[in-house]
Amino acid sequence: MSMPTTDHTLDEILNLAASHFKVPREKLTADDDFFKTLGIDSLQALDLLTRLEHHFRIELPDYELQGVSDFRTLASRIQARL
Amino acid sequence: MSEFKGKTISWQIVNGAVEVALHRDPCNEIGSATLEELEKLAAALPELSNGAHAVILHSTLKAGFSAGADLRELYQRMRGMEKGAALRGVREFLERIHRVMNVLDAAPLTTIAAVHGVTFGGGFELALVCDIIIADRMARFCFPELRLGLIPGFGGIPRLKRDLGNAVVRDLLLTGRSFNVMKAQQIGLVSQIAAEGEALRVARATASQVGKFDRRTAAAAKEFVKPIPYDDLKREIEIFCDLYALPAVEEGLRKFVENEGPQPYLP
Repeated sequence: MSMPTTDHTLDEILNLAASHFKVPREKLTADDDFFKTLGIDSLQALDLLTRLEHHFRIELPDYELQGVSDFRTLASRIQARL
Repeated sequence: MSEFKGKTISWQIVNGAVEVALHRDPCNEIGSATLEELEKLAAALPELSNGAHAVILHSTLKAGFSAGADLRELYQRMRGMEKGAALRGVREFLERIHRVMNVLDAAPLTTIAAVHGVTFGGGFELALVCDIIIADRMARFCFPELRLGLIPGFGGIPRLKRDLGNAVVRDLLLTGRSFNVMKAQQIGLVSQIAAEGEALRVARATASQVGKFDRRTAAAAKEFVKPIPYDDLKREIEIFCDLYALPAVEEGLRKFVENEGPQPYLP
């Protein structure tokens, strides 16, 4: 199986976040601040991280999210672990 | 006291298992109120042991098992007292929580932690005193204390050393990172993974299984395989108190408590 592209990874992240936090998918874009757009706090961000780790079958240390608040950068962090 | 309804924890015996529910909003932070009620549980255990073969610790709160020590209370205590008095107060708190943890650790019943969501710091330490940890797939574990200039103070380090390989312990402590249930099972911390929301159900099935065996035999086996690291536990309190006196800790606690942004639990 070929490696998914970062765009594909980004798309999956947006779909998962929209579905879990019940936000319309069309309202999410790559450069959104996910804390503000999803209306989440750090505990919910950890919940999202856990779901993404399960979805992509990776381990992503939470310190890699330091300073990360947009979906695009999150996607690049995940892509680096695929 | 076969049944207890407290402000932070409650318990009742269900099918031979003492089910201890943690329910202090927002995420079972362990401060004075929870400590007092855990002390009641520890005191009640001998009587409870007559009518039960297992203890299940679980949380009824959506956010998770426990986010750990009540850092707001710890910070307010630090700010509200002269330094020496604050340090004596922290030492007393630690000695009391250690007494509770040691009673649970050595309990003659099989103890099971059914965890979900955030299982951090003191909450992780509470799970670690149990014989078996069952986690749902959304559980997340962490010792974030280094972020505050501290080490785990409720007995976590000696118990991690007892249960896991030293390289894993170093990774968890020195990075302060959180990790998911797959990793937790991989390193031997978690015994079984349940579907989201199902940890208590799986814990009940496990409690039912352990209830089939002779109680004295089970207690003897447990005492043989699960030594309580008393010397290291005392040493942990000393190291914690030494670190607590440093200015970096007050600054770390202040940043956590005054953080109005969405990210206090992220590194």
